[in-house]
Amino acid sequence: MNALEVCQLRKTYGNGVEALKGIDLNVVEGDFFALLGPNGAGKSTLIGIVSSLVNATAGETRVFGISVQKDRSRAMAEIGLVPQEINFNQFEKPFDIVVNQGGYYGVPRRVAKERAERYLTQLALWDKAFGPSRQLSGGMKRRLMIARAMVHEPRLLILDEPTAGVDIEIRRSMWRFIRQINEAGTTVILTTHYLEEAESLCRNIAIIDHGDIVENTTVKALLGKLDVETFVLDLREPVERPPQVDGMDIVLRDPTTLEASIPKSRSLNRLFKALELEGMEVKSMRNKVNRLEELFVRLVHADGPAPTAAQAAAGAGAA
Amino acid sequence: MTEKVSARSYWIGYQTILIKEVTRIIRIWAQTLLPPVITMSLYFVIFGAIIGRRVGEMGGMPYMDFIVPGLIMLTVITNSYGNITSSFFGAKFGKHVEELLVSPLPPWIILAGYVSGAVFRAVLVGILVWLVAGAFSGFHMHNLFVTGSILLMTSIVFALGGFINAIYAQKFDDISIIPTFVLQPMTYLGGVFFSVSLLPGIAQQIALINPIVYMVNAFRYGLLGVTDVPLWVAYAMIIGFGVVLFWICMRLLTKGVGLRT
Repeated sequence: MNALEVCQLRKTYGNGVEALKGIDLNVVEGDFFALLGPNGAGKSTLIGIVSSLVNATAGETRVFGISVQKDRSRAMAEIGLVPQEINFNQFEKPFDIVVNQGGYYGVPRRVAKERAERYLTQLALWDKAFGPSRQLSGGMKRRLMIARAMVHEPRLLILDEPTAGVDIEIRRSMWRFIRQINEAGTTVILTTHYLEEAESLCRNIAIIDHGDIVENTTVKALLGKLDVETFVLDLREPVERPPQVDGMDIVLRDPTTLEASIPKSRSLNRLFKALELEGMEVKSMRNKVNRLEELFVRLVHADGPAPTAAQAAAGAGAA
Repeated sequence: MTEKVSARSYWIGYQTILIKEVTRIIRIWAQTLLPPVITMSLYFVIFGAIIGRRVGEMGGMPYMDFIVPGLIMLTVITNSYGNITSSFFGAKFGKHVEELLVSPLPPWIILAGYVSGAVFRAVLVGILVWLVAGAFSGFHMHNLFVTGSILLMTSIVFALGGFINAIYAQKFDDISIIPTFVLQPMTYLGGVFFSVSLLPGIAQQIALINPIVYMVNAFRYGLLGVTDVPLWVAYAMIIGFGVVLFWICMRLLTKGVGLRT
Protein backbone atom coordinates (compact mmCIF):
# COMPACT_ATOMS: atom_id res chain seq x y z
CA MET A 1 0.00 0.00 0.00
CA ASN A 2 1.13 3.54 -0.67
CA ALA A 3 1.54 5.80 2.34
CA LEU A 4 1.31 8.78 0.04
CA GLU A 5 -0.04 9.18 -3.46
CA VAL A 6 0.21 12.49 -5.24
CA CYS A 7 -1.75 12.69 -8.49
CA GLN A 8 -1.42 15.54 -11.00
CA LEU A 9 -0.94 18.01 -8.17
CA ARG A 10 -0.93 21.63 -9.16
CA LYS A 11 -0.56 24.78 -7.11
CA THR A 12 -0.69 28.30 -8.44
CA TYR A 13 -0.50 31.03 -5.83
CA GLY A 14 -2.55 34.21 -5.97
CA ASN A 15 0.43 36.16 -7.33
CA GLY A 16 0.56 33.82 -10.33
CA VAL A 17 3.56 31.78 -9.19
CA GLU A 18 3.13 28.17 -10.29
CA ALA A 19 4.74 26.26 -7.41
CA LEU A 20 3.71 22.76 -8.56
CA LYS A 21 3.11 21.89 -12.20
CA GLY A 22 0.98 18.75 -12.02
CA ILE A 23 3.31 16.35 -10.22
CA ASP A 24 2.84 12.64 -9.55
CA LEU A 25 4.57 10.88 -6.68
CA ASN A 26 4.13 7.68 -4.69
CA VAL A 27 5.70 6.78 -1.37
CA VAL A 28 5.24 3.17 -0.31
CA GLU A 29 4.30 2.23 3.23
CA GLY A 30 7.32 1.76 5.49
CA ASP A 31 9.64 3.74 3.21
CA PHE A 32 12.23 6.27 4.31
CA PHE A 33 11.82 8.79 1.53
CA ALA A 34 13.88 11.88 0.74
CA LEU A 35 12.47 14.91 -1.01
CA LEU A 36 15.19 17.19 -2.29
CA GLY A 37 15.18 20.39 -4.24
CA PRO A 38 16.68 23.86 -4.29
CA ASN A 39 15.07 27.00 -2.88
CA GLY A 40 11.57 27.61 -4.19
CA ALA A 41 11.46 24.23 -5.93
CA GLY A 42 8.03 23.42 -4.46
CA LYS A 43 8.96 21.05 -1.61
CA SER A 44 7.30 23.06 1.14
CA THR A 45 4.25 23.67 -1.03
CA LEU A 46 3.93 19.91 -1.56
CA ILE A 47 4.26 19.22 2.17
CA GLY A 48 1.81 22.06 2.86
CA ILE A 49 -0.78 20.46 0.57
CA VAL A 50 -0.27 16.98 2.05
CA SER A 51 -0.70 18.39 5.56
CA SER A 52 -3.67 20.55 4.44
CA LEU A 53 -2.01 23.87 5.28
CA VAL A 54 -2.02 24.77 1.59
CA ASN A 55 -5.01 24.34 -0.72
CA ALA A 56 -4.21 22.59 -4.00
CA THR A 57 -5.26 24.30 -7.23
CA ALA A 58 -5.85 20.93 -8.91
CA GLY A 59 -5.07 17.25 -8.43
CA GLU A 60 -5.32 15.01 -5.42
CA THR A 61 -3.20 13.72 -2.54
CA ARG A 62 -4.03 10.50 -0.74
CA VAL A 63 -2.61 9.33 2.56
CA PHE A 64 -2.96 5.56 2.97
CA GLY A 65 -5.67 5.77 0.33
CA ILE A 66 -7.60 8.56 2.08
CA SER A 67 -8.03 11.74 0.07
CA VAL A 68 -6.74 14.85 1.81
CA GLN A 69 -9.05 16.97 -0.32
CA LYS A 70 -12.21 14.86 0.21
CA ASP A 71 -11.76 13.38 3.68
CA ARG A 72 -9.34 15.76 5.38
CA SER A 73 -9.97 14.70 8.99
CA ARG A 74 -9.29 10.98 8.43
CA ALA A 75 -6.27 11.72 6.26
CA MET A 76 -4.78 14.10 8.83
CA ALA A 77 -5.15 11.51 11.60
CA GLU A 78 -2.47 9.46 9.81
CA ILE A 79 0.11 12.26 9.50
CA GLY A 80 2.62 13.70 11.94
CA LEU A 81 4.24 16.91 10.72
CA VAL A 82 7.51 18.48 11.79
CA PRO A 83 7.50 21.83 10.00
CA GLN A 84 10.50 23.84 8.96
CA GLU A 85 9.67 26.83 11.16
CA ILE A 86 9.17 26.71 14.93
CA ASN A 87 5.39 26.83 15.34
CA PHE A 88 4.55 26.02 18.93
CA ASN A 89 3.44 28.47 21.60
CA GLN A 90 6.71 29.48 23.20
CA PHE A 91 4.91 30.53 26.38
CA GLU A 92 3.80 26.95 27.02
CA LYS A 93 5.77 24.17 28.63
CA PRO A 94 7.12 21.40 26.34
CA PHE A 95 5.09 18.78 28.21
CA ASP A 96 1.84 20.73 27.72
CA ILE A 97 2.64 21.34 24.03
CA VAL A 98 2.98 17.61 23.40
CA VAL A 99 -0.02 16.59 25.54
CA ASN A 100 -2.30 19.21 23.94
CA GLN A 101 -1.30 18.11 20.46
CA GLY A 102 -2.32 14.58 21.46
CA GLY A 103 -5.70 15.98 22.47
CA TYR A 104 -6.22 17.54 19.05
CA TYR A 105 -5.78 14.06 17.60
CA GLY A 106 -8.22 12.52 20.06
CA VAL A 107 -5.60 10.89 22.28
CA PRO A 108 -7.02 10.66 25.83
CA ARG A 109 -5.16 12.95 28.25
CA ARG A 110 -3.77 10.10 30.38
CA VAL A 111 -2.37 8.32 27.31
CA ALA A 112 -1.04 11.60 25.87
CA LYS A 113 0.82 12.28 29.13
CA GLU A 114 2.44 8.83 29.07
CA ARG A 115 3.49 9.28 25.45
CA ALA A 116 4.74 12.81 26.07
CA GLU A 117 7.01 11.48 28.81
CA ARG A 118 8.22 8.63 26.59
CA TYR A 119 9.01 10.75 23.53
CA LEU A 120 10.46 13.68 25.46
CA THR A 121 12.72 11.21 27.28
CA GLN A 122 13.78 9.49 24.04
CA LEU A 123 14.60 12.88 22.54
CA ALA A 124 16.59 13.91 25.65
CA LEU A 125 14.14 16.67 26.61
CA TRP A 126 12.52 15.27 29.74
CA ASP A 127 14.60 17.45 32.07
CA LYS A 128 13.25 20.49 30.18
CA ALA A 129 9.66 19.28 30.01
CA PHE A 130 8.23 21.65 32.61
CA GLY A 131 10.28 24.77 31.93
CA PRO A 132 9.38 27.55 29.51
CA SER A 133 9.77 26.29 25.94
CA ARG A 134 11.05 29.67 24.73
CA GLN A 135 14.24 29.01 26.69
CA LEU A 136 15.05 25.84 24.72
CA SER A 137 17.95 25.91 22.27
CA GLY A 138 17.30 25.67 18.52
CA GLY A 139 18.09 21.95 18.47
CA MET A 140 15.83 21.30 21.46
CA LYS A 141 12.96 23.15 19.82
CA ARG A 142 13.30 20.96 16.74
CA ARG A 143 13.34 17.81 18.88
CA LEU A 144 10.26 19.09 20.72
CA MET A 145 8.47 19.38 17.39
CA ILE A 146 9.39 15.76 16.62
CA ALA A 147 7.98 14.61 19.99
CA ARG A 148 4.85 16.65 19.29
CA ALA A 149 4.46 15.06 15.84
CA MET A 150 4.79 11.57 17.34
CA VAL A 151 2.30 11.88 20.21
CA HIS A 152 -0.61 10.48 18.19
CA GLU A 153 1.69 7.80 16.71
CA PRO A 154 1.11 8.61 13.06
CA ARG A 155 1.67 6.09 10.27
CA LEU A 156 3.30 8.80 8.13
CA LEU A 157 5.86 11.19 9.61
CA ILE A 158 6.81 14.19 7.49
CA LEU A 159 9.93 16.10 8.49
CA ASP A 160 10.63 19.37 6.71
CA GLU A 161 14.33 20.04 7.26
CA PRO A 162 14.30 18.80 10.86
CA THR A 163 18.03 19.15 11.39
CA ALA A 164 18.52 22.62 9.91
CA GLY A 165 20.90 24.59 12.11
CA VAL A 166 21.41 21.68 14.49
CA ASP A 167 24.94 20.70 15.52
CA ILE A 168 26.31 17.38 14.27
CA GLU A 169 26.03 15.52 17.58
CA ILE A 170 22.36 16.40 18.06
CA ARG A 171 21.74 15.80 14.36
CA ARG A 172 23.08 12.26 14.63
CA SER A 173 20.98 11.54 17.73
CA MET A 174 17.94 12.80 15.81
CA TRP A 175 18.83 10.49 12.92
CA ARG A 176 18.99 7.55 15.31
CA PHE A 177 15.56 8.38 16.70
CA ILE A 178 13.97 8.83 13.26
CA ARG A 179 15.60 5.61 12.04
CA GLN A 180 14.09 3.75 15.02
CA ILE A 181 10.68 5.24 14.25
CA ASN A 182 11.00 4.06 10.65
CA GLU A 183 12.17 0.59 11.69
CA ALA A 184 9.12 0.35 13.93
CA GLY A 185 6.94 0.73 10.82
CA THR A 186 6.32 4.46 10.43
CA THR A 187 6.76 5.77 6.89
CA VAL A 188 9.10 8.77 6.92
CA ILE A 189 9.32 11.56 4.35
CA LEU A 190 12.25 13.86 4.85
CA THR A 191 13.31 17.08 3.21
CA THR A 192 16.78 18.18 4.03
CA HIS A 193 19.58 20.33 2.76
CA TYR A 194 22.16 17.97 4.23
CA LEU A 195 22.44 15.64 1.27
CA GLU A 196 24.60 13.34 3.33
CA GLU A 197 21.53 12.92 5.54
CA ALA A 198 19.39 11.78 2.62
CA GLU A 199 22.12 9.45 1.36
CA SER A 200 22.66 7.74 4.69
CA LEU A 201 19.02 7.58 5.88
CA CYS A 202 16.75 7.22 2.88
CA ARG A 203 15.95 4.34 0.57
CA ASN A 204 14.04 6.27 -2.08
CA ILE A 205 14.39 9.79 -3.31
CA ALA A 206 12.60 12.39 -5.38
CA ILE A 207 14.21 15.55 -6.63
CA ILE A 208 11.89 18.44 -7.29
CA ASP A 209 12.84 21.51 -9.26
CA HIS A 210 10.76 24.41 -10.58
CA GLY A 211 7.60 22.60 -9.52
CA ASP A 212 8.38 19.38 -11.37
CA ILE A 213 9.71 16.03 -10.21
CA VAL A 214 12.97 15.70 -12.13
CA GLU A 215 14.01 12.37 -10.59
CA ASN A 216 12.19 9.72 -8.58
CA THR A 217 14.07 6.52 -7.87
CA THR A 218 16.02 4.62 -5.21
CA VAL A 219 19.05 6.29 -3.68
CA LYS A 220 21.11 3.31 -4.88
CA ALA A 221 19.90 3.61 -8.48
CA LEU A 222 20.47 7.34 -8.44
CA LEU A 223 24.01 6.95 -7.19
CA GLY A 224 24.54 4.33 -9.90
CA LYS A 225 23.98 7.07 -12.47
CA LEU A 226 27.03 8.87 -11.27
CA ASP A 227 29.52 8.22 -14.07
CA VAL A 228 32.30 10.57 -13.00
CA GLU A 229 33.75 10.90 -9.54
CA THR A 230 36.11 13.59 -8.41
CA PHE A 231 38.94 12.82 -5.99
CA VAL A 232 41.24 15.14 -4.12
CA LEU A 233 44.81 13.85 -3.66
CA ASP A 234 47.21 15.37 -1.14
CA LEU A 235 50.83 14.98 -2.27
CA ARG A 236 53.80 14.56 0.01
CA GLU A 237 56.03 16.92 -2.06
CA PRO A 238 55.01 20.02 -4.07
CA VAL A 239 54.83 19.62 -7.87
CA GLU A 240 54.79 22.12 -10.74
CA ARG A 241 52.27 20.50 -13.08
CA PRO A 242 49.69 17.68 -12.90
CA PRO A 243 50.26 14.30 -14.58
CA GLN A 244 48.54 13.69 -17.92
CA VAL A 245 46.32 10.58 -18.08
CA ASP A 246 44.19 9.80 -21.12
CA GLY A 247 40.42 10.17 -20.36
CA MET A 248 40.97 11.78 -16.95
CA ASP A 249 40.74 15.45 -16.09
CA ILE A 250 43.50 16.23 -13.58
CA VAL A 251 44.19 19.75 -12.33
CA LEU A 252 46.64 21.16 -9.82
CA ARG A 253 44.76 23.13 -7.15
CA ASP A 254 47.91 24.09 -5.29
CA PRO A 255 51.47 22.69 -5.35
CA THR A 256 50.55 19.75 -3.09
CA THR A 257 46.90 19.17 -4.09
CA LEU A 258 45.60 17.44 -7.21
CA GLU A 259 41.96 17.17 -8.24
CA ALA A 260 41.18 14.23 -10.53
CA SER A 261 37.80 13.72 -12.28
CA ILE A 262 37.67 10.06 -13.30
CA PRO A 263 34.95 8.30 -15.30
CA LYS A 264 33.74 5.09 -13.68
CA SER A 265 34.80 3.20 -16.80
CA ARG A 266 38.47 4.05 -16.13
CA SER A 267 40.58 2.24 -13.60
CA LEU A 268 42.11 4.18 -10.72
CA ASN A 269 45.24 2.08 -11.20
CA ARG A 270 46.06 4.11 -14.34
CA LEU A 271 46.09 7.27 -12.27
CA PHE A 272 48.39 5.75 -9.65
CA LYS A 273 50.75 4.38 -12.35
CA ALA A 274 51.02 7.87 -13.88
CA LEU A 275 51.67 9.38 -10.47
CA GLU A 276 54.37 6.84 -9.78
CA LEU A 277 56.01 7.49 -13.15
CA GLU A 278 56.11 11.22 -12.34
CA GLY A 279 57.53 10.42 -8.89
CA MET A 280 54.55 11.89 -7.07
CA GLU A 281 53.78 10.30 -3.69
CA VAL A 282 50.15 10.44 -2.51
CA LYS A 283 49.77 11.17 1.20
CA SER A 284 45.97 10.91 1.36
CA MET A 285 42.94 10.79 -0.91
CA ARG A 286 39.24 11.66 -0.53
CA ASN A 287 36.03 12.27 -2.50
CA LYS A 288 35.75 15.94 -3.40
CA VAL A 289 32.03 16.25 -2.60
CA ASN A 290 29.22 14.12 -1.39
CA ARG A 291 28.23 11.83 -4.27
CA LEU A 292 24.54 12.62 -4.03
CA GLU A 293 25.30 16.30 -3.99
CA GLU A 294 27.13 15.96 -7.31
CA LEU A 295 24.07 14.32 -8.89
CA PHE A 296 21.73 16.82 -7.31
CA VAL A 297 23.64 19.70 -8.81
CA ARG A 298 23.62 18.03 -12.19
CA LEU A 299 19.89 17.29 -12.12
CA VAL A 300 18.67 20.69 -10.99
CA HIS A 301 21.06 22.59 -13.23
CA ALA A 302 20.62 20.49 -16.35
CA ASP A 303 19.71 23.58 -18.38
CA GLY A 304 22.63 25.75 -17.31
CA PRO A 305 26.22 25.67 -16.17
CA ALA A 306 26.70 23.63 -13.01
CA PRO A 307 27.68 25.77 -10.05
CA THR A 308 30.46 24.91 -7.67
CA ALA A 309 29.82 22.37 -4.96
CA ALA A 310 29.72 25.15 -2.36
CA GLN A 311 27.09 27.05 -4.36
CA ALA A 312 25.10 23.89 -4.82
CA ALA A 313 25.14 23.12 -1.12
CA ALA A 314 24.01 26.66 -0.38
CA GLY A 315 21.37 26.47 -3.10
CA ALA A 316 19.94 23.33 -1.62
CA GLY A 317 19.78 25.09 1.71
CA ALA A 318 16.19 26.07 2.32
CA ALA A 319 13.05 24.73 0.74
CA MET B 1 -8.40 1.04 8.38
CA THR B 2 -7.86 3.39 11.25
CA GLU B 3 -10.61 4.51 13.61
CA LYS B 4 -8.70 7.53 14.83
CA VAL B 5 -11.50 9.96 13.91
CA SER B 6 -14.70 9.58 15.89
CA ALA B 7 -17.16 11.56 18.01
CA ARG B 8 -15.03 10.68 21.04
CA SER B 9 -11.82 11.97 19.41
CA TYR B 10 -13.61 15.22 18.51
CA TRP B 11 -14.88 15.53 22.08
CA ILE B 12 -11.32 15.10 23.38
CA GLY B 13 -10.15 17.72 20.87
CA TYR B 14 -12.85 20.16 21.99
CA GLN B 15 -11.99 19.60 25.65
CA THR B 16 -8.31 20.17 24.91
CA ILE B 17 -8.93 23.55 23.29
CA LEU B 18 -11.27 24.56 26.12
CA ILE B 19 -8.86 23.43 28.87
CA LYS B 20 -6.05 25.30 27.14
CA GLU B 21 -8.16 28.46 26.94
CA VAL B 22 -9.40 28.24 30.53
CA THR B 23 -5.85 27.60 31.78
CA ARG B 24 -4.65 30.67 29.88
CA ILE B 25 -7.44 32.86 31.27
CA ILE B 26 -6.77 31.74 34.85
CA ARG B 27 -2.97 31.91 34.47
CA ILE B 28 -3.08 35.55 33.36
CA TRP B 29 -5.96 36.51 35.68
CA ALA B 30 -4.39 39.91 36.33
CA GLN B 31 -4.93 40.71 32.63
CA THR B 32 -8.18 38.86 32.05
CA LEU B 33 -10.28 38.92 35.22
CA LEU B 34 -9.07 41.76 37.41
CA PRO B 35 -9.19 44.83 35.08
CA PRO B 36 -12.91 44.58 34.21
CA VAL B 37 -13.81 44.17 37.87
CA ILE B 38 -11.79 47.27 38.83
CA THR B 39 -13.13 49.32 35.91
CA MET B 40 -16.74 48.41 36.68
CA SER B 41 -16.25 49.13 40.38
CA LEU B 42 -15.17 52.66 39.38
CA TYR B 43 -18.24 52.98 37.14
CA PHE B 44 -20.46 51.98 40.06
CA VAL B 45 -18.76 54.43 42.41
CA ILE B 46 -18.79 57.39 39.99
CA PHE B 47 -21.93 56.93 37.90
CA GLY B 48 -23.93 55.01 40.43
CA ALA B 49 -23.08 56.26 43.88
CA ILE B 50 -21.81 59.83 43.23
CA ILE B 51 -23.58 61.08 40.06
CA GLY B 52 -26.43 58.60 40.34
CA ARG B 53 -27.73 60.22 43.54
CA ARG B 54 -28.29 63.48 41.65
CA VAL B 55 -29.89 61.74 38.66
CA GLY B 56 -32.59 60.18 40.81
CA GLU B 57 -34.71 57.56 39.08
CA MET B 58 -34.43 56.01 35.60
CA GLY B 59 -37.00 53.59 34.24
CA GLY B 60 -38.85 53.70 37.54
CA MET B 61 -35.92 52.64 39.72
CA PRO B 62 -32.79 54.11 41.37
CA TYR B 63 -30.20 55.08 38.72
CA MET B 64 -27.60 52.86 40.39
CA ASP B 65 -29.84 49.80 39.95
CA PHE B 66 -30.65 50.81 36.38
CA ILE B 67 -27.06 50.87 35.13
CA VAL B 68 -25.98 47.54 36.67
CA PRO B 69 -27.35 45.27 33.86
CA GLY B 70 -25.90 47.50 31.16
CA LEU B 71 -22.48 47.58 32.77
CA ILE B 72 -22.48 43.80 33.17
CA MET B 73 -23.40 43.50 29.47
CA LEU B 74 -20.64 45.96 28.55
CA THR B 75 -18.17 43.75 30.42
CA VAL B 76 -19.50 40.55 28.88
CA ILE B 77 -19.36 41.94 25.34
CA THR B 78 -15.84 43.37 25.57
CA ASN B 79 -14.42 40.32 27.34
CA SER B 80 -16.00 37.79 25.04
CA TYR B 81 -14.87 39.66 21.94
CA GLY B 82 -11.44 40.53 23.36
CA ASN B 83 -10.68 37.01 24.57
CA ILE B 84 -11.21 35.33 21.26
CA THR B 85 -9.48 38.00 19.19
CA SER B 86 -6.35 38.02 21.35
CA SER B 87 -6.21 34.25 21.77
CA PHE B 88 -6.94 33.21 18.18
CA PHE B 89 -5.01 36.03 16.56
CA GLY B 90 -2.11 35.30 18.95
CA ALA B 91 -2.16 31.67 17.78
CA LYS B 92 -2.23 32.82 14.18
CA PHE B 93 0.52 35.37 14.69
CA GLY B 94 2.73 32.86 16.55
CA LYS B 95 1.90 30.22 13.91
CA HIS B 96 0.81 27.69 16.57
CA VAL B 97 -2.66 27.74 15.05
CA GLU B 98 -1.03 25.29 12.62
CA GLU B 99 -1.13 22.71 15.42
CA LEU B 100 -4.91 22.78 15.01
CA LEU B 101 -4.98 23.18 11.26
CA VAL B 102 -2.94 20.02 10.60
CA SER B 103 -4.97 18.02 13.11
CA PRO B 104 -8.08 16.01 12.19
CA LEU B 105 -10.35 18.47 14.04
CA PRO B 106 -13.11 19.83 11.80
CA PRO B 107 -13.66 23.61 11.70
CA TRP B 108 -16.75 23.55 13.90
CA ILE B 109 -14.86 21.90 16.76
CA ILE B 110 -12.08 24.50 16.56
CA LEU B 111 -14.71 27.24 16.55
CA ALA B 112 -16.65 25.65 19.42
CA GLY B 113 -13.48 25.35 21.51
CA TYR B 114 -12.47 28.98 21.10
CA VAL B 115 -16.03 30.28 21.52
CA SER B 116 -16.43 28.23 24.71
CA GLY B 117 -13.22 29.72 26.09
CA ALA B 118 -14.48 33.23 25.37
CA VAL B 119 -17.87 32.45 26.91
CA PHE B 120 -16.14 31.08 30.01
CA ARG B 121 -14.25 34.34 30.52
CA ALA B 122 -17.23 36.57 29.69
CA VAL B 123 -19.59 34.74 32.03
CA LEU B 124 -17.02 34.55 34.82
CA VAL B 125 -16.25 38.27 34.56
CA GLY B 126 -19.99 39.00 34.29
CA ILE B 127 -20.63 37.10 37.53
CA LEU B 128 -17.73 38.89 39.27
CA VAL B 129 -19.08 42.29 38.19
CA TRP B 130 -22.58 41.26 39.32
CA LEU B 131 -21.13 40.41 42.74
CA VAL B 132 -19.37 43.79 42.91
CA ALA B 133 -22.59 45.53 41.83
CA GLY B 134 -24.43 43.70 44.59
CA ALA B 135 -22.24 45.46 47.13
CA PHE B 136 -23.49 48.82 45.80
CA SER B 137 -27.11 48.19 44.96
CA GLY B 138 -28.05 44.80 46.40
CA PHE B 139 -28.62 41.59 44.48
CA HIS B 140 -31.52 41.56 42.00
CA MET B 141 -32.75 38.60 40.01
CA HIS B 142 -36.16 38.96 38.37
CA ASN B 143 -35.91 36.01 35.96
CA LEU B 144 -32.96 33.64 36.17
CA PHE B 145 -33.68 31.97 32.81
CA VAL B 146 -33.79 35.23 30.87
CA THR B 147 -30.69 36.53 32.67
CA GLY B 148 -28.71 33.34 32.08
CA SER B 149 -29.80 32.79 28.48
CA ILE B 150 -29.18 36.40 27.42
CA LEU B 151 -25.80 36.37 29.15
CA LEU B 152 -24.80 33.15 27.40
CA MET B 153 -26.18 34.05 23.99
CA THR B 154 -24.70 37.54 23.98
CA SER B 155 -21.25 36.21 24.84
CA ILE B 156 -21.55 33.60 22.05
CA VAL B 157 -22.56 36.25 19.50
CA PHE B 158 -19.63 38.51 20.35
CA ALA B 159 -17.20 35.61 20.51
CA LEU B 160 -18.24 34.70 16.95
CA GLY B 161 -17.78 38.33 15.90
CA GLY B 162 -14.34 38.40 17.52
CA PHE B 163 -13.38 35.20 15.75
CA ILE B 164 -14.11 36.79 12.36
CA ASN B 165 -12.04 39.82 13.37
CA ALA B 166 -9.14 37.52 14.36
CA ILE B 167 -9.30 35.63 11.07
CA TYR B 168 -9.02 38.80 9.02
CA ALA B 169 -6.50 40.54 11.31
CA GLN B 170 -2.98 40.86 9.94
CA LYS B 171 -1.44 42.75 12.84
CA PHE B 172 -2.27 43.45 16.49
CA ASP B 173 -3.70 46.91 15.63
CA ASP B 174 -6.39 45.16 13.59
CA ILE B 175 -7.88 43.50 16.66
CA SER B 176 -8.30 46.75 18.58
CA ILE B 177 -10.02 48.79 15.85
CA ILE B 178 -13.46 47.17 16.05
CA PRO B 179 -13.69 47.13 19.89
CA THR B 180 -12.58 50.76 20.13
CA PHE B 181 -14.42 52.35 17.23
CA VAL B 182 -17.47 50.12 16.84
CA LEU B 183 -18.27 48.04 19.91
CA GLN B 184 -17.62 50.61 22.61
CA PRO B 185 -19.72 53.40 21.00
CA MET B 186 -22.52 50.93 20.22
CA THR B 187 -22.52 49.71 23.81
CA TYR B 188 -22.45 53.20 25.36
CA LEU B 189 -25.27 54.28 23.02
CA GLY B 190 -27.06 50.98 23.56
CA GLY B 191 -28.98 52.01 26.67
CA VAL B 192 -26.37 51.16 29.29
CA PHE B 193 -26.67 54.53 31.06
CA PHE B 194 -30.11 55.69 29.92
CA SER B 195 -33.50 54.42 28.91
CA VAL B 196 -34.06 54.57 25.16
CA SER B 197 -37.54 55.91 25.87
CA LEU B 198 -35.90 59.18 26.98
CA LEU B 199 -34.67 59.85 23.46
CA PRO B 200 -36.70 62.14 21.19
CA GLY B 201 -38.67 60.48 18.31
CA ILE B 202 -36.16 60.00 15.49
CA ALA B 203 -33.20 59.39 17.84
CA GLN B 204 -35.20 56.60 19.46
CA GLN B 205 -35.81 54.99 16.07
CA ILE B 206 -32.10 55.23 15.24
CA ALA B 207 -31.15 53.76 18.64
CA LEU B 208 -33.38 50.76 17.94
CA ILE B 209 -31.16 49.83 14.96
CA ASN B 210 -28.40 49.07 17.45
CA PRO B 211 -28.55 45.35 18.38
CA ILE B 212 -26.89 46.00 21.71
CA VAL B 213 -29.99 47.94 22.81
CA TYR B 214 -31.92 44.66 22.65
CA MET B 215 -29.29 42.70 24.53
CA VAL B 216 -28.97 45.27 27.32
CA ASN B 217 -32.73 45.63 27.67
CA ALA B 218 -33.38 41.89 27.68
CA PHE B 219 -30.70 41.44 30.32
CA ARG B 220 -32.15 44.34 32.31
CA TYR B 221 -35.50 42.56 32.19
CA GLY B 222 -33.86 39.40 33.54
CA LEU B 223 -32.34 41.21 36.50
CA LEU B 224 -34.84 44.00 37.19
CA GLY B 225 -38.01 43.16 35.27
CA VAL B 226 -38.01 46.34 33.12
CA THR B 227 -37.29 46.68 29.40
CA ASP B 228 -37.69 49.23 26.59
CA VAL B 229 -38.09 46.54 23.90
CA PRO B 230 -40.21 43.39 23.56
CA LEU B 231 -38.35 40.35 24.88
CA TRP B 232 -39.10 38.16 21.88
CA VAL B 233 -37.58 40.75 19.54
CA ALA B 234 -34.41 40.69 21.65
CA TYR B 235 -34.21 36.89 21.49
CA ALA B 236 -34.90 36.90 17.76
CA MET B 237 -32.19 39.51 17.16
CA ILE B 238 -29.58 37.66 19.23
CA ILE B 239 -30.36 34.28 17.65
CA GLY B 240 -30.39 35.83 14.18
CA PHE B 241 -27.02 37.49 14.69
CA GLY B 242 -25.65 34.28 16.17
CA VAL B 243 -26.74 32.16 13.20
CA VAL B 244 -25.37 34.63 10.64
CA LEU B 245 -22.03 35.02 12.42
CA PHE B 246 -21.69 31.25 12.92
CA TRP B 247 -22.31 30.72 9.21
CA ILE B 248 -19.67 33.32 8.30
CA CYS B 249 -17.14 31.77 10.74
CA MET B 250 -17.71 28.29 9.32
CA ARG B 251 -17.38 29.51 5.77
CA LEU B 252 -14.11 31.31 6.54
CA LEU B 253 -12.69 28.33 8.42
CA THR B 254 -13.72 25.81 5.78
CA LYS B 255 -12.18 27.88 3.00
CA GLY B 256 -9.15 28.57 5.17
CA VAL B 257 -9.36 32.34 4.70
CA GLY B 258 -6.40 33.96 6.46
CA LEU B 259 -5.23 30.54 7.67
CA ARG B 260 -4.45 28.28 4.72
CA THR B 261 -2.77 29.51 1.55
